[in-house]
Amino acid sequence: MAQKLSKIDQIIAKYQADKSTLIQMLLEIQRENRWLPKPAVARLSQRLGIPINQIYHIATFYKAFSLIPQGRHAVSVCLGTACHVRGAPRLLDRVTDSLHIEPGETSTDMKFTLSTVNCLGCCALGPVIVVDGEYHGNPSLKEIERVIASCD
Amino acid sequence: MAQLKSPADLDRTRQQIISRRDPAKPCITICSGTACHAYASEKTATAFVNEIERNGLKGKVDIRRTGCHGFCERGPIVVIFPEEVCYLGVKPNDIPEIISTTLVGKELVDRLLYEDSNGERVVHEGEIPFYKHQSRIVFGNNRLIDPKSIDDYIALGGYSALSKALFEMSPEEVVETVKRANLRGRGGGGFPTGKKWETTRNAPGEIKYVIVNADEGDPGAYMDRSLLEGNPHSVLEGLIIGAYAIGSHEGYVYVRQEYPLAVENLFIALNQAREYGLLGKNILGSGFNFDVTTHRGAGAFVSGESSALMTALEGKVGEPRPKYTRTAVSGIWERPSNLNNVETWATVPLIISKGADWFTSIGTAGSKGTKIFSLVGKVNNTGLVEVPMGMTLREIIYDIGGGIRQGKKFKAVQTGGPSGGCLPEGLLDIPVDFDELTKVGSMMGSGGMIVMDEDNCMVDVARYFLAFLAEESCGKCIPCREGIRQMLHILNRICDGQGQTGDIELLEELSEVVRDASLCALGTTAPNPVLSTIRYFRDEYEAHVKERRCPAGVCKALISYYIQPERCQACLRCLRECPVGAITGDKNLVHVIDQDKCTRCGTCLEVCPPRFAAVLIFSGEPVPAAPPQGTKVERTKGTQQ
Repeated sequence: MAQKLSKIDQIIAKYQADKSTLIQMLLEIQRENRWLPKPAVARLSQRLGIPINQIYHIATFYKAFSLIPQGRHAVSVCLGTACHVRGAPRLLDRVTDSLHIEPGETSTDMKFTLSTVNCLGCCALGPVIVVDGEYHGNPSLKEIERVIASCD
Repeated sequence: MAQLKSPADLDRTRQQIISRRDPAKPCITICSGTACHAYASEKTATAFVNEIERNGLKGKVDIRRTGCHGFCERGPIVVIFPEEVCYLGVKPNDIPEIISTTLVGKELVDRLLYEDSNGERVVHEGEIPFYKHQSRIVFGNNRLIDPKSIDDYIALGGYSALSKALFEMSPEEVVETVKRANLRGRGGGGFPTGKKWETTRNAPGEIKYVIVNADEGDPGAYMDRSLLEGNPHSVLEGLIIGAYAIGSHEGYVYVRQEYPLAVENLFIALNQAREYGLLGKNILGSGFNFDVTTHRGAGAFVSGESSALMTALEGKVGEPRPKYTRTAVSGIWERPSNLNNVETWATVPLIISKGADWFTSIGTAGSKGTKIFSLVGKVNNTGLVEVPMGMTLREIIYDIGGGIRQGKKFKAVQTGGPSGGCLPEGLLDIPVDFDELTKVGSMMGSGGMIVMDEDNCMVDVARYFLAFLAEESCGKCIPCREGIRQMLHILNRICDGQGQTGDIELLEELSEVVRDASLCALGTTAPNPVLSTIRYFRDEYEAHVKERRCPAGVCKALISYYIQPERCQACLRCLRECPVGAITGDKNLVHVIDQDKCTRCGTCLEVCPPRFAAVLIFSGEPVPAAPPQGTKVERTKGTQQ
């Protein structure tokens, strides 16, 4: 943990402990850990002199932050309008069936986290599913299963 | 690079960049915008590099990764200069042929060219119907520029508008020019940009801010991202000109962190501009100081609202605040702050370079210039289109968009994102501008244009937007938080087949309250998707409520799937693919859906081969009785298994 906290200190130093950049610091911590561990948030609060509830106010307001650990593989289904009219709800049903988790959940083996997003801006491919940064446009049931099976 | 200290320095640099370039040298440009990136355009680019090396052509051909070309439907797009041969949907295994045939042999690879409806091949990008009807004045340079190279931008005349503003115009003249051009905010509101600038300029206070709003949150709209990603310097140049006009020395770019490529290219652009002396102290030797800070948004739709965005820039939760005083007068840290959207900023250098008269010669009486739309949904040519204000919806959807996919029937077009409305076929001939769209109950918004066909349920679409808004409402004011939630509750009920008499009227009544009493634009415009669908598609609402019928066959609770025994050829596809095992049958035996087990997922309809087309959707009436078990199929000619 000490090592992790020194990483937090580095992030704080990068932003010169400027309170107005709190969201930017949280984004970096989120990227580093894929979630916001409590000790990290406590450290931020202590070093910046910002009440911890104010930090949690931000962390719960924005979608980019997670207060629980995330799975090793990130699966997101785009629910933007273009994807919606092209059948994204059905795609989401299939993905939830295949992964046995609902959007926002992480599988018990910590392998997958499923999320939904509102438009990735590649509407031509829609409906789109993104697995670990790889885009798959309008995948069939078989393709979804193949992509999921290829994750270790 | 030495800093540019005068307009003459900038001109000299431009001449040097141009003279170093041989216009006859082949250059392969590869679209590397997010959509093409998703099509693995990076693999295509790497394949080009390798293949060029393998053919001993290294150094004889330039490769340029450009921003988004807009024709996302057919990406990745490759254009080979100087002939400007345009290839669509290029895959890595096409590269050897392109190199040997086109680059070396100067011949065309026909199969990669665009083919029009008469089977004619089109060689040049600009002649493809998708592009032919557009006026790409803001977006057009994307295809020519490597967004990571400031030299590419300068070579095309970049930063000359800034130089003109700083040395040939007073700040007041710049404001006056933008006012005269009648540029209106491209982010949604359509507020006159020049007037906003003037307010901030005249507001009391030494410190003033200028802000780029790149928190593009409308689902189905991505033009701001493509501009920032593909031509970041054009946005930056506009911002610096605006700062000079307003008298601001500090700027912010608020960009969604969900747009990693835009963030990356923006950072590179800022550093390059600083290196060249186009940002920082004493810009181009003019004595004007200005620099920019970037702020990544952490994902909240409401943070795109001007006062919310400014609160977020202060490091707080991005919630809107009451605007008794405009943010132009009291914004970040209660100082005068001028916020404009990406596209608005990118338009500014053009107005300064070419003049207000040129700009007002394009567009309609009340809306000047062009607008970029993200044309998506059930349209053949998905992509970004830039058209003069006043073009009709029909021209955009049919001439540019190529009509509806799979020959289906057009039902509606949704403009303006979650704050906009759905317009029916009868309104396709209205000219698209700020005022016309508002008149018919929708709005311009930031430029999302989602096309829907006969298979889309308008009640479901209204429910979709309300679900989005309920999720994104910050909850600060009650009319928005509770009003949207209650409206969504009613819409859910209608879609679930539990609609009650009076529900439609109740929705209209709630809409009024939410519209009139909400704190910010998220709430005041939230009823638009509902009101516009009720206004133009009331019959669909009534069918849901009174007949428990979903005319488009979308709302799960109101539909049943049925296999027509006379059409089923017992191919076993649906039987095998049904995720819940609701289909019985066998080889040679008609397949039957067990209605009690069926979850209405639609897999059977999707997998049934089109030549059989045996699966039907029933709504508002019971499905016909299933044929007795063991019924043999009637073989239709030519469909023998």
